[in-house]
Amino acid sequence: MTLAIELEDLHKTFGHTVRALDGVSFSVEPGTIFGLLGPNGAGKTTAVRILTTVLEPDSGVARVLGHDVTSEPGVVRSLIGLAGQFAAVDENLTGAENLSMVGRLNHMSKTQLKERSSSLLEQFGLTDAANRPTKTYSGGMRRRLDVAASLVAHPRVLFLDEPTTGLDPASRVDVWTMIESLVAEGTTVLLTTQYLEEADRLAEHLVVINHGKVIAAGTPATLKANMGVTVLDLGLEDERTALRAAEALRTVNEKAPLVYGRTVEVNVNDGPRIVTEALRILEAEGIAPTTLALREPSLDDVFLSLTGHRAEAELAEGVESLPGPGGHRQRHRRGRN
Amino acid sequence: MSATTTKIPTPGSPAVGSSPSGGRLYWAIADMWTMTKRNLIGYTRVPEAVFFSSVQPIMFVLLFRYVFGGAIPTPGYHYVQFLMPGIFVQTVAFGSIGTSIGLAEDLQKGLIERFRALPMSRWAVLAGRTTADLFRNLFVMALMTAVGYAVGYRIGTNVGEYLAGILLLLLFAYALSWGFAFVGLSAPNSETAQLMSFPVLFPLTFASSAFVPLQTMPGWLQGFAKHQPVSVVCNAARDLMSGLPKPDLVFPPFTSIVSNGPMNSTVFWAIVWSLGILAVLAPVSVRRYRRRAF
Repeated sequence: MTLAIELEDLHKTFGHTVRALDGVSFSVEPGTIFGLLGPNGAGKTTAVRILTTVLEPDSGVARVLGHDVTSEPGVVRSLIGLAGQFAAVDENLTGAENLSMVGRLNHMSKTQLKERSSSLLEQFGLTDAANRPTKTYSGGMRRRLDVAASLVAHPRVLFLDEPTTGLDPASRVDVWTMIESLVAEGTTVLLTTQYLEEADRLAEHLVVINHGKVIAAGTPATLKANMGVTVLDLGLEDERTALRAAEALRTVNEKAPLVYGRTVEVNVNDGPRIVTEALRILEAEGIAPTTLALREPSLDDVFLSLTGHRAEAELAEGVESLPGPGGHRQRHRRGRN
Repeated sequence: MSATTTKIPTPGSPAVGSSPSGGRLYWAIADMWTMTKRNLIGYTRVPEAVFFSSVQPIMFVLLFRYVFGGAIPTPGYHYVQFLMPGIFVQTVAFGSIGTSIGLAEDLQKGLIERFRALPMSRWAVLAGRTTADLFRNLFVMALMTAVGYAVGYRIGTNVGEYLAGILLLLLFAYALSWGFAFVGLSAPNSETAQLMSFPVLFPLTFASSAFVPLQTMPGWLQGFAKHQPVSVVCNAARDLMSGLPKPDLVFPPFTSIVSNGPMNSTVFWAIVWSLGILAVLAPVSVRRYRRRAF
């Protein structure tokens, strides 16, 4: 069966120094939801733009349903839907007019379009607002209309670039439900996100990219297994105490605790048990934490666990250490799987 | 999703991407018209913008007609007969900033990204914008004709030539729109698009024969002012609309090429300039549209 999406050693550089993609490869099985995770500036949007023919790659191969995005962009465009990073709606047009415009530009007939447009408006809860200019819409409504527009022409592969960024929690769940129902019908969805929670809920497979490189790939479960299910955050009095605490807590888990200033973080698989154990150890050492929190791992923690750096900190370092335009290109290396 | 919409067409089915009726050209025109309609609807939803964009040219009419005009000598005829065709050209030239602002906004809002991922003609986004701006200019010219009449301007030739003059202005404006499309697609945002357009338009419209006869300018400036497109189009518009003597003739009379032809040399060269701008800048702008990295 043809893969829905294939990327092979894709490179894209902006200007001479900004390496948005530095040898990215992954593939997506048809009828699945695929998550592309990464911090801001990781290269997620660039990957989506190349796959949707909006940008051309410098080198490497990108195929959608077997069609090369560079040599057959027209075919690719007729197979895909894109909801980009901004809710790309014309705010002077009504919701219905926006859908109709996108449908006409997809060369659908008026009768087809009328039916499709009203069913999408209904599905996305926009029927009442259909004839209002979208400048009167809330952020969530715009985003829903944007996603609806990407679906007008029945795309077989749908690209959603951070579909829930900036949405309130209720709208976020609405978008999730919508994505799940699409996949149930056979559409392939590639979504980018900064939220591990979102990838965890939706994606069957995901890759984590940073600095334009794949640093991990697998199912959400394998990624989490790599880093522990929960994170124990301990706040200490001062940095010296924090270092002492980290040293003392070395035994509670296979992975060594990490220290940030006055905070100690422990990735754990069995939260409640380790909390009591950790507190017992600290008490024996005569250390009393000022704060204590047990939380779900964030994307930041995934990065921490994968790279040993905070996403932002690493990003800043990475920009400085990028090799010049003549520098050799490193082949991408798959992270742990 | 409701049960009726679950059908997913296979690639190449008539629903998506291919042409149920007609070929490439048909769809290129259909796409352009879809984009034109979209922009025209935008104008009707924000009538204030169209209204207030007409205020500035009216101010210029009043300024030059009643404040500066008395000091500008135009022997043999009234200054208003000289002024109005120039104001028309200035109005459509400044109006073309609208093209750059509109496209810069489309870029900013992610619409260009969406359009580039659609199976539509690569020309349609720009052609739709410039065509909508052509309709806007038609409206503006009708309004300015009324304003001209109110301040004492009278057609010096006949209605047919006056309308030909308006057609010429619309052609020039359309060509400029394609040029300013490039500015809009190169600007980081719509505010900057407006600021970037100004340094191009200011010397073109003011170092021209739009408001004053060129003879009053220093020699080095006359060289530029005589040959640049705004002056050429102003002179042509004056010939067609006011029927004035031609003090700024640069090129050989068109009548010597086509004897007894209804058009004279200035009109010919105004058309050459407009088509030249269009032929060069339209492909450049489309290239910019296709290549713009965000």
